[in-house]
Amino acid sequence: MDFDVLSFYFPKYAEAFLLTVRIGWLGIFLSIVIGIVSAFVIYFRVPVLSRLIGAYVEIFRNTPLLVQLFFLYFGIPKLGLNISAETCGIVGLGLLGGSYMSEAFRSSLGAIPNSQKESAEALGLTSVQTFFQVILPEAWVLSVPAVVANVIFLLKETSVFSAISLMDLMFTAKDLIGLYYDTTEALFMLVVFYIIMLVPVSAAGSILEKRARYKMFGE
Amino acid sequence: MGFELLLKGNNLGRLFGGLAVALKISLLSVCISLVLGTVLGSLMNDRHPLIKGVLRGYLEIVRIMPQLVLLFLAYFGTTRVLGINISAETASVFVFSFWGTAEMSDLVRGALSGIPSVQYESSMALGLSDLQTLVFVILPQIIRRMIPLSINLITRMIKTTSLVMMIGIVEVLKVGQQIIEANRKIDPNAAFGIYFTVFVLYFIVCWPISRLSKYLEKKWEA
Repeated sequence: MDFDVLSFYFPKYAEAFLLTVRIGWLGIFLSIVIGIVSAFVIYFRVPVLSRLIGAYVEIFRNTPLLVQLFFLYFGIPKLGLNISAETCGIVGLGLLGGSYMSEAFRSSLGAIPNSQKESAEALGLTSVQTFFQVILPEAWVLSVPAVVANVIFLLKETSVFSAISLMDLMFTAKDLIGLYYDTTEALFMLVVFYIIMLVPVSAAGSILEKRARYKMFGE
Repeated sequence: MGFELLLKGNNLGRLFGGLAVALKISLLSVCISLVLGTVLGSLMNDRHPLIKGVLRGYLEIVRIMPQLVLLFLAYFGTTRVLGINISAETASVFVFSFWGTAEMSDLVRGALSGIPSVQYESSMALGLSDLQTLVFVILPQIIRRMIPLSINLITRMIKTTSLVMMIGIVEVLKVGQQIIEANRKIDPNAAFGIYFTVFVLYFIVCWPISRLSKYLEKKWEA
């Protein structure tokens, strides 16, 4: 391992790191928004729309992100709609993640026992109040473990962005290996930066899960 | 739009050939993962601190590292650091098994932790050894819960194999790319049709499997 090489590589990786983190978190934000909206649509059985959302979830859960990105980035522009690689990455990650998040939110909404709804009704709450003040807070806590797992999964999935020539960590590593042949150093830095990116998220996720568990069993 | 290219020459056949390559790698890795994962998962509740520590570390590595990074490490790293040259296919089977084993062992561990300790104590009282307890008492109880989850792992494995094109294996996405490049002059818009076809192919393969997993889960839950 050559430390001069490592310090020479560092700024390049740092730049790629920022890009990866930015696109990754924007994509995750988008996926949470899509997930919440889709879960609501399915939960309330909105006619027609819930069918469409159901199809969307099935399609995106059963195809790889790499194939989705290739279709978005190389296929869609042929219809005359040009999207930049960055937008494409965010939208791709958002659509993939949205389908996973929607499953997470939907199943936790479904897991709330009916007695909660009936008790709320007996107490004279309107259905809107019941949903926002009883069902939603409980479902939100239930969904934490799945959401944390999805966030980590999506951050890892960002590694395929290099295929649509976004200059992320993977792209930088491949580029540097091709340019200088310092494979060991390039791969070492790649691993280090992924650790920097994911260990804090994983740790924060465990704390969040623990707190969610307290909430579930009462303070 | 590229759809007519599918019927030209043997293009459709080549796409299916690419799909077969991806499926072969994923099925091989799934088989290895199911076996190794069950063994490791059973060990995970072991009280020995060393075994526990090593397994935890292994799980964390897999949890944190993207599969693509592992692929690069296995394919480019081993050649450089260890001086051994493994084929891209061997590297990918190795990486996907490494990843799948961790996933599977975590599933087994989760299922095992749901088994009440009475089961273990009763077996001990009946004079069964630890291995006998596991094989004859515990594993049969978790198998119903494990089968849908394992089937789910298969679809995830198939989806993940699309990554192998990044280390130079010619699978379905790469074949699609080749078809598009070869016909750039004839049909500059081929990317839409070809990538759409690849998209649909993956869906056709994965969707029935995940439906089956969901169906079994519901059926055995009751």
